[in-house]
Amino acid sequence: MSGTETGYNYAYLDEQTKRMLRRVILKAVAIPGYQVPFGNREMPMPHGWGTGGIQVTASIIGPDDVLKVIDQGADDTTNAVSIRSFFAKTAGVATTTRTEEATIVQTRHRIPEKPLKEGQILVYQVPIPEPLRWLEPRETETRKMHALSEYGIMHVRLYEDIATHGRIATSYDYPVQVNERYIMRPSPIPKFDNPKMDMNPALQLFGAGREKRIYAVPPYTKVKSLDFDDHPFEVQRWDESCALCGATDSFLDEIVTSDRGDRMFVCSDSDYCGDRQAARRKEAAE
Amino acid sequence: MNATDRPLLRVERLTKRYGERFACQDVSFDLWPGEVMGVVGESGSGKTTLLNCLSARLGPDGGRVLYNTRHQGMRDIYETSEAERRLLMRTDWGLVHQNPRDGLRLAVSAGANIGERLMAVGARHYGEIRQAATDWLGRVEIDEARIDDLPRAFSGGMQQRLQIARNLVTRPRIVFMDEPTGGLDVSVQARLLDLLRELVASLGLSVVVVTHDLAVVRLLAHRLMVMRQGRVVESGLTDQVLDDPQHAYTQLLVSSVLQA
Ligand SMILES: [Zn+2]
Repeated sequence: MSGTETGYNYAYLDEQTKRMLRRVILKAVAIPGYQVPFGNREMPMPHGWGTGGIQVTASIIGPDDVLKVIDQGADDTTNAVSIRSFFAKTAGVATTTRTEEATIVQTRHRIPEKPLKEGQILVYQVPIPEPLRWLEPRETETRKMHALSEYGIMHVRLYEDIATHGRIATSYDYPVQVNERYIMRPSPIPKFDNPKMDMNPALQLFGAGREKRIYAVPPYTKVKSLDFDDHPFEVQRWDESCALCGATDSFLDEIVTSDRGDRMFVCSDSDYCGDRQAARRKEAAE
Repeated sequence: MNATDRPLLRVERLTKRYGERFACQDVSFDLWPGEVMGVVGESGSGKTTLLNCLSARLGPDGGRVLYNTRHQGMRDIYETSEAERRLLMRTDWGLVHQNPRDGLRLAVSAGANIGERLMAVGARHYGEIRQAATDWLGRVEIDEARIDDLPRAFSGGMQQRLQIARNLVTRPRIVFMDEPTGGLDVSVQARLLDLLRELVASLGLSVVVVTHDLAVVRLLAHRLMVMRQGRVVESGLTDQVLDDPQHAYTQLLVSSVLQA
């Protein structure tokens, strides 16, 4: 299945590169949370656009797939639109904004609010994959620390957070332990989304383009956010509800609505919010 | 024979070569619980190489270093797995570098520096970790109010005391020290030595301390080894060796001809 009318190979990458990436993904699935290095293939987009996630998606996508791409929870940002049209063009796949219709969801910054199902794949774009890097610049040493489960310094970081702020202030890219073994960076999703990774029925794949790593959380795998006994892990909460759909259970973005500094809170997940608004309208009409 | 009938560390004919040159050759000694062994010599005498071999950081070319482990008796540390060695190094053993910056994490607070070894062995209660850090700051005579300060804001003497606290918090059985007072002002040295002596005695620590400074071993060490060109030329009780040196080289050292 090589070649489309566009002149590119199917899903842009050549078959050899895709086979290599699939082997890397299989290894990543076999060792949950472990970062598997791969040879990078240059993609026709700048790194900031999530080339790691795009390469993962390119290697697993097929003509029957339905692709959803979100950026900060929204389907209509420049980044999300261009990735979606890239795969529509090079892989001939159907695209959707609806979480429940998608077979593959490529994401930056969020996990959809609607629960994922078995058979779905969530592909994360990862800017920095190594959770130990903040205190240990040497790659040989971080590899050894992972191999020997020497993870004390992850709690040093949380200790510093509490010492400085009186609580664990880290709110994005909050470190987790996968399957009671490897410490993993979940990419810059809000810690609000961390509990969704735990025992999720979907396959979760993480691609880091710049550092050439892929890691994975297979379906129904334990994912635990690190914490202290006396400072347990907590997610963000809001006093407000969504100004558009009234949701009280979703991640809210604060939006400034006027020069006078008026603000409102709305769901960051535009698909979730849109469904709830439609349901409200229907209810009002009946 | 139970564990206390044996030395904590047994060094047998330890040899390390760099090419043709012997950095240390045929060094043997026992270190008993609560004992402080001083190793003196000029730079190039092999004392630092010896310390690195003893503390599992430099594999020897010959001989053995046996450590009396808590559960498995005497074990050759170079025949244990790297995982076991690294675990020993952050639990049972301590290592005090001459330059505290080599032994501290400069980018995290004093409290986190002390708490790290506790967290590395599974401490997960913030309040308890912080309390331990507070206690240890007090024990090494650092104002508790400095607990959230970065070590780079500390004086050299304070950094060295913080490095010591960071090592002692897990109650190690052996501490290896490399010129612990090197690079400090004389008045600061004296205070640090007093503190070290008090901590070693009250905790019943075993220590191997390497130094070129006879005043350090005079105050701290129960026994002494004098090294020259990789070999131990004289050893014995510290006061005996220093007050009545037998070897010509030791006599030179003591007469401070070599001390300048
Ligand atoms: Zn909403």
